Amino acid sequence: MQRIGVFVCHCGSNIAATVDVEKVVEYAKLEPGVVHAEDYQYMCSEAGQMKIAEAVKDKNLTGIVVCSCSPRMHETTFRNAAKRAGINPYMVEIANIREHCSWIHKDIEEGTEKAVILARAAIAKVNLNAPLEPGESRVTKRALVIGGGIAGIQTALDIADAGYEVDIVEKTPSIGGRMSQLDKTFPTLDCSACILTPKMVEAAAHEKVNIYTYSEVDKVSGFVGDFTVDIKKKARSVDMDKCTGCGVCSEKCPMKKTPSEFNRGLENRSAIYTPFAQAIPNVPVIDRENCIMFKTGKCGVCSKVCQAGAIDYEQQDEIITENYGAIVVATGFDTIKLDDFDEYAYNQSKDVITSLELERVMNAAGPTKGHLERLSDGKAPKEIVFIQCVGSRDVTCRGKEYCSKICCMYTAKHAMLIRDKYPDVNVTVFYIDVRTPGKNFDEFYRRAVEEYQVNYIKGQVGKVMPQADGKLLVQGVDLLDNRQILKEADMVVLATAIEPEAGVRKIATMLTASIDTNDFLTEAHPKLRPVESPTAGVFLSGVCQGPKDIPETVAQAGAAAVKAIGLLAKDKLMTNPCTAKADELLCNGCSTCANVCPYGAITYEEKEINDHGIRENRRVAAVNTALCQGCGACTVTCPSGAMDLQGFSNRQILAEVDAICR
Amino acid sequence: MTYSYYPGCTLKTKAKDLDVYARRAAIALGIELEEIEEWQCCGGVYPLATDEIASKLSSVRALNAAKEKGQDLVTMCSACHHVIKRVNDDMANVSDIQMRANNYMELEEPYQGETSVIHFLELLRDKVGFDKIKEKVVNPLTGRKIGAYYGCLLLRPSKVMAFDNAENPSIMEEFIKAIGATPVVYPLRNECCGGYISLKEEERTQDMVTKIVESAGGAQAESLITACPLCLYNLNKNNSKVDMPVYYFTELLAEALGVKEEVEG
Amino acid sequence: MQEQVKTISGVNPYKCMKCGKCSASCPSFNEMDIKPHQFVSYVLNDDLEALLNSESIKQCLTCFACVERCPRDVKPGNLIDTVRQMVVRKRGAELLSPEEVTQLLDPELPQQLLVSAFRRYRR
Repeated sequence: MQRIGVFVCHCGSNIAATVDVEKVVEYAKLEPGVVHAEDYQYMCSEAGQMKIAEAVKDKNLTGIVVCSCSPRMHETTFRNAAKRAGINPYMVEIANIREHCSWIHKDIEEGTEKAVILARAAIAKVNLNAPLEPGESRVTKRALVIGGGIAGIQTALDIADAGYEVDIVEKTPSIGGRMSQLDKTFPTLDCSACILTPKMVEAAAHEKVNIYTYSEVDKVSGFVGDFTVDIKKKARSVDMDKCTGCGVCSEKCPMKKTPSEFNRGLENRSAIYTPFAQAIPNVPVIDRENCIMFKTGKCGVCSKVCQAGAIDYEQQDEIITENYGAIVVATGFDTIKLDDFDEYAYNQSKDVITSLELERVMNAAGPTKGHLERLSDGKAPKEIVFIQCVGSRDVTCRGKEYCSKICCMYTAKHAMLIRDKYPDVNVTVFYIDVRTPGKNFDEFYRRAVEEYQVNYIKGQVGKVMPQADGKLLVQGVDLLDNRQILKEADMVVLATAIEPEAGVRKIATMLTASIDTNDFLTEAHPKLRPVESPTAGVFLSGVCQGPKDIPETVAQAGAAAVKAIGLLAKDKLMTNPCTAKADELLCNGCSTCANVCPYGAITYEEKEINDHGIRENRRVAAVNTALCQGCGACTVTCPSGAMDLQGFSNRQILAEVDAICR
Repeated sequence: MTYSYYPGCTLKTKAKDLDVYARRAAIALGIELEEIEEWQCCGGVYPLATDEIASKLSSVRALNAAKEKGQDLVTMCSACHHVIKRVNDDMANVSDIQMRANNYMELEEPYQGETSVIHFLELLRDKVGFDKIKEKVVNPLTGRKIGAYYGCLLLRPSKVMAFDNAENPSIMEEFIKAIGATPVVYPLRNECCGGYISLKEEERTQDMVTKIVESAGGAQAESLITACPLCLYNLNKNNSKVDMPVYYFTELLAEALGVKEEVEG
Repeated sequence: MQEQVKTISGVNPYKCMKCGKCSASCPSFNEMDIKPHQFVSYVLNDDLEALLNSESIKQCLTCFACVERCPRDVKPGNLIDTVRQMVVRKRGAELLSPEEVTQLLDPELPQQLLVSAFRRYRR
């Protein structure tokens, strides 16, 4: 028989306002096995934990029930307290009477009744608990960073500087990401390339950083501390060791009709190409879908002109298998497709462009060599209209319900830069709200208005109508003046919503990392663990977790690196002892459990079984406790009831149910 | 291919052309349009107030008649299409309206939105195919620059109408190509012509229509096509600025198929 | 009153984020005394009296441009038509009379126009 102590927390008024905690104590005392029960204002505080320790000593407790907040919040706290007091941590159960009870009830009687029931269930479970001991697993001292934008580069550099090996896997031919496409950065207006390129070079030169470009993660297995990852290195068709990066191949390539990804389709590139001049590595790739040689077997111009003999049409995709202790996701973002926003005429007019396209137009290496001009006729615009929140804050199926966060600032930047360089150009911004929290951000926006006379109009645009003379007629509203506006513009720039990069869903699935309805990766705790995925050993860096600007991305990249370093610094990890266990006498060797196990933790072995004196060889399930994550899928699948989860056995769960139904 | 057909009141009177040419074209294309018996006026406008039931019943009767025959229901007039399509959506998805309408109707089997409502243009696109129409054209309208005038009712709200991209539609342009003419895209092709307001506000309608025909003319359109008798009326009556004849799309279809002059029956 | 409008229209005006895209799209904006975006906030503020007496309910063309483009799925047009219905359902409060129509008739005028006008402006 257990000797159980029950500790009921007030959580200030969080619990005590809707649950009569004293009554919970009273009722708990009546339960079998309970030898002690008390309540306290903050059980998680040092004084609260002392109370537990004292009760363990005085009453000789063998099990503990804490009625408090969610176990996700403080289970570890109370388990550690129990351990210090000399009790096995797995003899502690939490009854969640806050999130599951006080926060959702208004009536104190109902709240109290439910709290009593939850306490009763936890007590019933502890009565059947047995001490468990965690195992150990090794930590591979190497990290994988998925994505080679500013987030991935920063995370990799920070991990590498701490002395650990890091691999960056980047799906495009070069690292650099979205930041490499930007012209200037807010709020300081320094050139994006000038601050990014040194980081790219540093990453490439760092002896601890290894970069796989034109590569994708293909398969992930294993678990925290010991992941095994297959990386698919797509055939570049160019020998990385031989290529000198001279660029003659791209120059001579006769196939120059593929829209340039780097220049957002505003310009074409050749079939053999380097995305941009500062690309790292400075080695081109052949885009086989558009290469004449690959399509018809006849051409070979690049091979002929390459003096280094680096062109290799026979190159194959290659799979590299590597082990990692930690994985950081830094997959970034793209702008949404605008096919559902044809009222803004993006598909009907070349002079309606996205803000990211404007970055390319303003950039000296862009399609117009940095001259601000209309893409339809090359004429200098005199009137430019910016439209905010295109697809952001949109709850219809067309857009995204969230605020994309960066648009207010980059639009102020664009408006200011245009007014600075071309003072004769009028700039109008239609906005719903101007959101500029951030250091020096609102000052920046106000500078656009006050010093550069950017015309900010509170209101939206209903329709953009391309006219026969090439002008764009913009029909909008000024909500402060309460009047409809018809404005002739030469260019319209759409602050297009951003969304997670398309491949993130596949990567999240491989990592069993959870994503939200918008495909942003979910953090382990929105406030207290913002750079960790709920999946142990997986960390989040940059926009893959939620919209953010460059300084925030870099800060988060550093934070993700620190978390990864903290993991890599350990030699061994404690494993969760709440793993599955097969009862060999009951197992019939059917393989059902192995088929449902998402972690590949179940194998089968031929074993001599002594079944009540009968010795025979049987095929039985065996669980690799290092791989098992304790999800319980096997226990509910097993037709003979042979699988059980330690710490959550069928008996324990049923005892809880019985206690609730009593 | 046999379909139930709902012509609507105006097609029996002022808009006979829209109906007659459609029927001739249908025969040429091997489509049988069976006019449903004892149909009633759709009401012209879809009642947006959710507590309106009586004004939705005529649509439900037409829908149920098609259901009993096991046929799709083909519409011709934009307004009828709008009303019937939306009532059908209510009958399929809004349980309160479905229940109350069925209480009135006292049908053997309650109507629950089973019928599929298709506009004649959709029939041409999805069931016949514009490629097929192209093959059957004997009198291609080569060289004619035609602007499509969509108006409001076929397109919006796109969530229910599901007719085409409401802001940048293409079905009529594809149709114009199929009959051998050159489609002219202009930005005001989905703007309102003024609708019923033309009854009392002539000046405003003139203003709205002028903008539309000027937009079409600016894009080099020489004529317009429409699927709506009210749009045709407004565009013709309130345009004094631009020479811009307006046709029902069925008239040009019949012309291209060489059945325009054919005597009915 | 607000509850009645919400129920009959099926619109939740609290979904509005006051972006103004409805008013930016409205072809009758200049003729309306209470603009489409204001119409939503009048319902929010329960100022139904002003709406019942507004010119806007006569000027709305029910073209659904506001409904189509609203990023919050508010459907301002449905609100306007609901208030119009609340007016014309009262005896003697019709916005159009048969006598008036006889003055306006024109030989080319299609039935559809009369039917729609009567449906919108009368019970």
